[in-house]
Amino acid sequence: MTDIWFVAVAVLGALIVLTMVRLLAGPTAPDRVVALDTVNTLTVASMIVLSVAYGQTVFVDVAIVYALLSFVGTLYVAKYLGGEMSA
Amino acid sequence: MIAFLVTAGFAFLIYLVLTAGSGTIGLWSQVELIAGGVISLIVAAISRNYFCRMGDYRMANPLRWVILGFYAVIPFFIEMAHANIDVAYRVITGRIRPGIVKLSPGLKTDFGVLLLANSITLTPGTLTVGIDEETNDLYVHMINIGMGAEKKELFEPKDVFSLFQFPEWIRRIAE
Amino acid sequence: MIADTIIMVCLGIGLLFNALGVLGILRFPDVYTRLHAETKTTTFGTIFISLAVIVYGATRIMQGETAMYLSLSVHTFIALVALAFTNATGAHAIARAAHRSGQVPKPAVVDRLQEVRE
Repeated sequence: MTDIWFVAVAVLGALIVLTMVRLLAGPTAPDRVVALDTVNTLTVASMIVLSVAYGQTVFVDVAIVYALLSFVGTLYVAKYLGGEMSA
Repeated sequence: MIAFLVTAGFAFLIYLVLTAGSGTIGLWSQVELIAGGVISLIVAAISRNYFCRMGDYRMANPLRWVILGFYAVIPFFIEMAHANIDVAYRVITGRIRPGIVKLSPGLKTDFGVLLLANSITLTPGTLTVGIDEETNDLYVHMINIGMGAEKKELFEPKDVFSLFQFPEWIRRIAE
Repeated sequence: MIADTIIMVCLGIGLLFNALGVLGILRFPDVYTRLHAETKTTTFGTIFISLAVIVYGATRIMQGETAMYLSLSVHTFIALVALAFTNATGAHAIARAAHRSGQVPKPAVVDRLQEVRE
């Protein structure tokens, strides 16, 4: 029963690597931001699965903080791309 | 003062949910309850002007949160499943006809517009791109516009949503 | 045994939709359509993965191991809500920034926002 969680983490890792293709290739900056956002979401998912696989609840807390902070990062990059930075 | 109390109560609720299962008073231990009270008072002192900016306390009514939960579990989730099957179909076949249209939902509060914009983003074939801040009209990117529909100046909500009328639900929640 | 099946099905659906989202990002022609694929499918897929974790926690609670698995389920639920909300808002911000930085939706048939800007 514990094996399927590790399989799920492996699949999520493979998906993250596939998304990296778009992150490196993406013709424009917004494309790269979209790919980065996907990587963040998949990372949160794999953290949640890992917390079950290792039996550590703390990993889910890390996932919550990661989700909120990556959201702030996305907003910041989006503001910069839209030319709205005041500084 | 009301803003301070509302913010402190909300922060304390979130702290209670996060520390559920730590002790014996209900589900919480004494230390967590005291620490939660102190921390939520500090948070409220710092952030009351951001959390209740409009001087609008209608979201403090618990009934609205119950309706919001119901809305998220039943109509919203069904639309979301529909959206995902739709996107999966378009990913595989590559059949798209995108464009940006203007949608006039007629909502007044900021929270309502936020909810509707997020709902639109997660439902079939639509993605919010911009908001006209004076009239609260939304600019929506649709992945598949019906033939000839692009000539229409202003879209009605019923042109965009198929199964449920989200603006009606959101009016019940946020106005 | 039924719980195991539910967990497997939820995990399978979640991984399938996450994979479709990544495929959409690689396949679609411009940034807006990629955002469509990204937001909807990865949010939905992650919701199902979280549901699998919550069901797992619930079965362990029924077997009598309360404290740790209760907080696992509750925290996963909070992560789920935070993720669903922030993903949609973040997609909105990226779309707005892309439009402001001059990205036109490439095969588009109509663009009302561009008409307003001009």
